[in-house]
Amino acid sequence: MEADLTWRVDGVEHTLAVDTRTTVLDALRDRLGNTSPKKGCDHGQCGACTVLVDGRRQLSCLGLAVAHDGSEITTAAGLVDGDELHPVQQAFVDHDGLQCGYCTPGQVCSAVGMLDEVKAGHPSAVSDDLEADVELDEDEIRERMSGNLCRCGAYSNIVAAIEEAARA
Amino acid sequence: MKPFAYDRATDADGAVATVTADPDAMFVAGGTNLVDHLKLGLVTPEHLVDVSRLPLDQVTEREGGGLRIGATVRNADLAAHPLVRQLYPVLSHALLAGASGQLRNVATTGGNLLQRTRCAYFQDVTAACNKRDPGSGCAALSGWTRYHAILGTSSDCLAAHPSDMAVAMVALDAEVVVLGPDGERRVALEHFHRLPGDRPDLETVLEHGELITAVEIPPLAMARRSAYRKVRDRASYAFALVSVAAALDVQDGVVRDVRLALGGVGTRPWRARVAEEALVGGPATEAAFAEAARAELAAASPTDDNAFKIPMTRSTVVAVLSGLAGEETR
Repeated sequence: MEADLTWRVDGVEHTLAVDTRTTVLDALRDRLGNTSPKKGCDHGQCGACTVLVDGRRQLSCLGLAVAHDGSEITTAAGLVDGDELHPVQQAFVDHDGLQCGYCTPGQVCSAVGMLDEVKAGHPSAVSDDLEADVELDEDEIRERMSGNLCRCGAYSNIVAAIEEAARA
Repeated sequence: MKPFAYDRATDADGAVATVTADPDAMFVAGGTNLVDHLKLGLVTPEHLVDVSRLPLDQVTEREGGGLRIGATVRNADLAAHPLVRQLYPVLSHALLAGASGQLRNVATTGGNLLQRTRCAYFQDVTAACNKRDPGSGCAALSGWTRYHAILGTSSDCLAAHPSDMAVAMVALDAEVVVLGPDGERRVALEHFHRLPGDRPDLETVLEHGELITAVEIPPLAMARRSAYRKVRDRASYAFALVSVAAALDVQDGVVRDVRLALGGVGTRPWRARVAEEALVGGPATEAAFAEAARAELAAASPTDDNAFKIPMTRSTVVAVLSGLAGEETR
């Protein structure tokens, strides 16, 4: 069964008819040719498909495309400003926060969303005091990024990249 | 995945009417559990009614105290809500202990209560499972059961309830507000999930077509000092082996009142009533906490794989209650 969908992806509006079974991830990759979000596990366990939906980080593999009519989707590819990388992307480059790179677009989108959550004062599971300001140390970064797995194990440089992006 | 029709609900009554009239229809909200189940072939609805944009996304103070949490409030927003952090820290901590940032941004309050077990055999359509396919047997009985329940199990099902949020809520005496074709009703969360018995496929008291619209939490002064501790196989982003939610009121070394609930060990979010009764009026000592945990766990029926959960639960209960008692006397 098909349904119509209109959404903005990386700043460009698209209208398409999708099978109702299509996930956000498959619509982005297979229908729009945007291969920035990656299909890792396709079951919400790895984070490689992370995108920003209306500014918040989400897993695109567990969302139905038809449920996102009217949404603003930003993939890692859409974070660039002209030729200029987003500060989080630049920090990943500067700190070598990757090896094979497959998880990287998801890591970057997740980090961008996570830093906004920190700015909004959201606590995490390792925040002792729920009402105190967040101090984004290594423990906090690791906890808040735990939904993004890296099979190469580039975690230490990913943490360093995010620490720098948070200071920017 | 089987084809399905998709509708976005514009009002709750309409959504209830649509699903009530169609035995093959299901509600979907965040979809973080349901979409996975569609892919795995665990459920095969012909019609999905999307309730995620219904105006049920507010947390409001109730008259006379307590909170009303709309069913579509996202887990992340609930955990970060100033009133939840202040009045019911156990609930914030439980939410933050569950899933990942991405999932918490999408998963809803109502959906979290209705999420299904992560029993590996339930999630594998080639395995026998009385919950998925009534009467087919239970592969877990002769399988690997490290993550299975020790309380509330039956000879037909050992599946553990996976929620963290619900464990905190059941400790807080939460009520589930349900809208059906004949109007609204309320169910104590403690009685919302069924024990498996010989019908593990029947997981809650909801009738087909009934929609969770809110969860209400009554006022509880001692909940301002409440805690949640989750023990798991990795530091983050994993389901509980054991978790403990508690609130404690101690005066002059005596337990005046206590709320205690367990996760990871029960076939439903487990309110530890036996332990609570053992504690009230007694000394707030580690020995008493351990004895109360022992009393609750007397009914446990562990397997060889998960017998470790008995001492782990006892230790975690003692640690959480001791922490709260220490805070209390400071």
